[in-house]
Amino acid sequence: MNRGVSKRAFKEAAQGYLFLLPTLFVLLFFIIGPIFYAIYLAFHKVQLLGVSSSEFTGMRNFTRIMVDNRAHIAIWNTVKYVIIVVPIQTILSMVMAAVLNAGLKGQKIFRVIYFLPTLTSSAVLTLIFMWMFNQSGLINELLSAVGLPIYNWLGDPRVALNAIMGMNIWSTAPFFMVIYLAALQDIPSSLYEAAELDGANAFQKFWNITMPSLRPVTSFVVIMGLIGTFQLFDQSYIFSAGSGGPNNSTLTVVLLIYQYAFKNLGTMGYAAALAMTLAVIILLATLIQRRFSKEESLN
Amino acid sequence: MNRRIGIGKIILYLILIGYAAVTLVPFFWALSSSFKPLEEIVSGKISFIPKVFTLDNYRMIFIQQPLFGRWLLNSLMIGVAITALNLLFNSMAGYALARLNFPGKNLLFIIILGVLMIPAQVTMIPNFLILKGFGWLDTYQGMIIPSMISATYIFMMRQFFVSFPKELEEAAEIDGLGRFGAFFRIVLPLARPALAAQIIFVFMGSWNDFMKPLIVMSSPEMFTLPLGLNTFKGQYISYWNYIMAASMISTLPILVIYAFFNRYFIKGITFTGGK
Repeated sequence: MNRGVSKRAFKEAAQGYLFLLPTLFVLLFFIIGPIFYAIYLAFHKVQLLGVSSSEFTGMRNFTRIMVDNRAHIAIWNTVKYVIIVVPIQTILSMVMAAVLNAGLKGQKIFRVIYFLPTLTSSAVLTLIFMWMFNQSGLINELLSAVGLPIYNWLGDPRVALNAIMGMNIWSTAPFFMVIYLAALQDIPSSLYEAAELDGANAFQKFWNITMPSLRPVTSFVVIMGLIGTFQLFDQSYIFSAGSGGPNNSTLTVVLLIYQYAFKNLGTMGYAAALAMTLAVIILLATLIQRRFSKEESLN
Repeated sequence: MNRRIGIGKIILYLILIGYAAVTLVPFFWALSSSFKPLEEIVSGKISFIPKVFTLDNYRMIFIQQPLFGRWLLNSLMIGVAITALNLLFNSMAGYALARLNFPGKNLLFIIILGVLMIPAQVTMIPNFLILKGFGWLDTYQGMIIPSMISATYIFMMRQFFVSFPKELEEAAEIDGLGRFGAFFRIVLPLARPALAAQIIFVFMGSWNDFMKPLIVMSSPEMFTLPLGLNTFKGQYISYWNYIMAASMISTLPILVIYAFFNRYFIKGITFTGGK
């Protein structure tokens, strides 16, 4: 009897491992292995050409970040991008979800329309916006039609990053809007009815009921927003043909990592160190956000 | 009182329509540009409806860029392969983690959860070197094998199977089906809604991915559509009519999938969002 049980348990374990075999393979070779490999690389100078070699350099790759001017520009651009884009897309998606949830007719059609940018690839979206940001393109035409100043969006270092910010807020807000929408539908309507009895207006209801009820979702949206914005790459790469130009104005940390890893020779270890640094920054940002939103909900 | 509600509603509709316009204008503009001849494109006059409607741009991109068809095919092949493997392997892993007992199960589950938090940049460079070591750079398997599972959907499938009634499998066992027979013939077919969400997200992720093919693929005939579009833009920098036509073609498959699976799409997103 006992033997039968252990045989059965053995069989079940074997089946379990068999079911997980592909997962274990990918985990080992393409996720966990690479994480340790990345740590190794970050402390080495890697030479791939000719006889590939790596030389232990201690913290040198990390201290190099302190004196690398392009790294400073990339970090500053990325931080600026995160600070501007995350709050705007969060607020925009929350407000639009609330409007969509107000019980108007045609909600479904609007939802489908708003969702288009989420479906479309970053490459296509960037090309469409580059076409519109052309010097004599649609955006400048619209701006001049209402008497606003026009810009050389693609070529002027002062505005190029703003063009990418606008495009990405436009394309990510709808995704978060859907998440907010689902959360809004879970708020009990009795809360609003009670507030109406107390004579609350629409704005007061939004401020005192909707916003607090959405706090956990907002925390999620902000964290996802932080993770996404810190990793800005595709748009900068396509926008500047891989250079981060004009004049480094669209250079982001990930684009810089890409350049050092795959376009420059002998800087792969340094690129790995930059990638580790970015991972730590993202981790810290999400931890701070968590801390922040927890304290808020305690008060 | 009634009048105030009316005005409120009008304002809400104006916001909705205004935002819909902001969303749609870029797509309309791209679509209309893709049907215009080049002269109309460079004339600088704004019109959303082409004065001369032409399908030439769509025809010409395949002639101007003979590899365009190949990119389309590459994207399709890689997308379908990654999606099929993900459906199978994520379900198998999720099922094992939910149902079967074996040593190391909990540790493995924690590792899979932890993997969700690792940003792609950390593994990007080592993965390049590992693929290089395998001799998989610039190959289909180099794109497909590392992406054939996804921690997110293993987690999702596990949650799905945890709340899945055990009796069905027990009945299958009595009917003489083994573990694998029960899994493929009873369990998987019943997991259809969860699988549908995966189909959309995994295929879309692969179809729209820019960075991975940029790193893995180096010869133009191995490019996927997003990469191809980018080089196409580089070559035909002022032929925005071609570039927009190519962009529209590469968006179409996703729109078709969305139209088919719309229902699961929102569900899938709110699932990944809610938890």
